[in-house]
Amino acid sequence: MKTKTILAALGGLIVSLQFATAGDITGKITVSGKPPAELEIKAVASDVNCGKLHSEPVHTRFYVVNDKNELADVFVTLKGISGKSTGASAPPLIIDQKGCEYVPYIGAAQTGQKIVVKNSDPFLHNVHPTPVNKAGGNKEANMAQMAGGADLNFTFPAPENFLRFKCDVHPWMFSYINIVDHPWFAVTGKDGSFTIKNVPPGKYTIVAMHRKAAPAPAGVEKEIEVTAEGAKVDFVLEAK
Amino acid sequence: MAQTKDTSHHPWLHRFAVLTALFTLALLGVGGLVTSHGVGMAVPDWPNTYGYNMFLFPISKWVGGIFYEHTHRLVASFVGLLTAMLAVWLWVVETKGRTRKIGALVILGVLLLMGGLMGVREHKVFLGLAGVAAAGMCFSIYQFQRDGYELRWLGVLALATVILQGVLGGMRVVLYKDELGIFHATLAQLFFALICGVALLTSSWWRRNVPLSPSQTKSRSKAAAFVSRNLRSLLLATTAVILLQLVLGATMRHQHAGLAIPDFPLAYGKLWPAMDAESVMRYNQQRQEITAAHPITAFQIGLQMTHRLVAVVILIGVGWCAQRLRRELGGKHPLTRLGWFWLATILVQAALGAFTLWTNKAADVATAHVLVGALSLVTGALACIIAFRQSAPLRAAPASAAFDLTRPESGARPVAAQK
Ligand code: HEM
Ligand SMILES: [Cu+2]
Repeated sequence: MKTKTILAALGGLIVSLQFATAGDITGKITVSGKPPAELEIKAVASDVNCGKLHSEPVHTRFYVVNDKNELADVFVTLKGISGKSTGASAPPLIIDQKGCEYVPYIGAAQTGQKIVVKNSDPFLHNVHPTPVNKAGGNKEANMAQMAGGADLNFTFPAPENFLRFKCDVHPWMFSYINIVDHPWFAVTGKDGSFTIKNVPPGKYTIVAMHRKAAPAPAGVEKEIEVTAEGAKVDFVLEAK
Repeated sequence: MAQTKDTSHHPWLHRFAVLTALFTLALLGVGGLVTSHGVGMAVPDWPNTYGYNMFLFPISKWVGGIFYEHTHRLVASFVGLLTAMLAVWLWVVETKGRTRKIGALVILGVLLLMGGLMGVREHKVFLGLAGVAAAGMCFSIYQFQRDGYELRWLGVLALATVILQGVLGGMRVVLYKDELGIFHATLAQLFFALICGVALLTSSWWRRNVPLSPSQTKSRSKAAAFVSRNLRSLLLATTAVILLQLVLGATMRHQHAGLAIPDFPLAYGKLWPAMDAESVMRYNQQRQEITAAHPITAFQIGLQMTHRLVAVVILIGVGWCAQRLRRELGGKHPLTRLGWFWLATILVQAALGAFTLWTNKAADVATAHVLVGALSLVTGALACIIAFRQSAPLRAAPASAAFDLTRPESGARPVAAQK
């Protein structure tokens, strides 16, 4: 009994010590070369329902890049770590369906983390995740979600990169969610930057992956050392 | 057993078979659109539609991909109904007395059962149904050749096929098995060929153009000329290659890999595209797929290259068939004309294949490619049926007389009559 309490206290101490000394990995991702022009998704405008929600043409989102060549929607993660998922206690990842598009287009969640899919449109969508890692236990499903319908919940038990969600009513609607079994990952924002929080000090391989920018989708790997102050690492991906 | 009537005395039966064939073609078109738009899963449940009984699903909800998928289900039900009616009709025409009553009741019973199953959700029930339907297909093929090629067994075969087809389609939705779509597409083409075959065999043309014995041919019309054994084999082989091509095509479509190679006549700018991992990676990077977004694989590139090569084989095969038919039967023979028509369908088909790529897989072009593909298969199948009847030389009369459809002028069916 006593030893148990001591052990627990010790454990708690180690964990908090770790967090105390853990650092954040930050960085920025840019793209070299000229990304191809995005295509207009003409089917949106011609759809009776979806067309009404857009006054401007809707385009594909392969390269979300700004004038400084900073690349959004890059998935950045530590490599070779598994079984460290805190997904069960992590707040859910929210995916919205808005104007017949999935938002976000690229996302990430942990194994066991709740993924909540909402429908902000005044009509029906089908939420259809199509995992590839079925052997790992990730399950395909195809669920209708009416206007104002209840949120749909998904969890995936196995890691998988760019797990595709689609809607078969609107066959251009996609979202790609990376499933990781540890908490150290991020998706770059509009300015190409990312932050991976609370990484215990040590040496790691970090990888940045994009669906299209080379090398795709394997991504670019770098070796880094994280100290109590964290680490900083930038990547350049290539548009070919 | 007494079958005294000949099916070809029933012009309305023939017209009904043609009608069923036309609706089947329309069904192939709607089904093709479902796949072309990539909306095979737009209705997540089956046999219900968004929880509604499928015939009561409100029209206001037929939007986006649901429109295609739901229309497909409705037209399919209608074709199922036509098929059951055709089966009953063929049965009633060819039988008498108890056989007639029992058979017709069984078919109607099956139809009611299908209606009753609309409310069932149990996957096992449908798997069982698929098994029974497949067994029914085997049984009717067996009976067809055993019973002296009576058309009623083709009616039963068609009914069993349409049931299996429906269950395959439904299982594909509820089991998330896009691969089942490949079988579904192939079986659809075979079903269409079967219905067209029934339409041919019930036609008055078929009855009028009876093959003659060699001595008769010399003096009689050219229409009755013989097709040599070699040519028959060539026709059959070419038709088989077309069937193979349809399977290849269906595989591409159901992997949504039609655009695995986007350019034509070259492939990624080369005669033969590089398929190593690095090149495939580069292709995927450069692809800008709006729908069906999935990375393509080397396998899928190889698949399209095979499809292109097989197209060349088919073109040569059909051209050769047409040429040989003309030589053996003369330019005016209906079979020769059919041969030229066949060649035309293949040329159109090849052009549509190319346009499928050049239009970045426009849904209507891709669907037209499926439809003309079906027409080319059917044309080959009908040519085979006709050619095999015109086989030379006829054996001694009694044995071949059993093949009553080939010799309707022989009156009552000898084989059946013996029983
Ligand atoms: C000439 C003989 C040909 C035949 C009989 C044929 C038949 C077919 C059929 C039946 C399908 C669809 C199968 C289904 O979904 O049920 C198909 C798909 C396809 N064929 Fe052909 N084809 C031929 C030639 C060509 C040629 C020359 C090309 C040009 C490259 C081509 C390109 C394609 C493509 C890209 C698809 C997939 C379309 C999609 O994904 O929607 N075909 N073919
Ligand atoms: Cu949708």
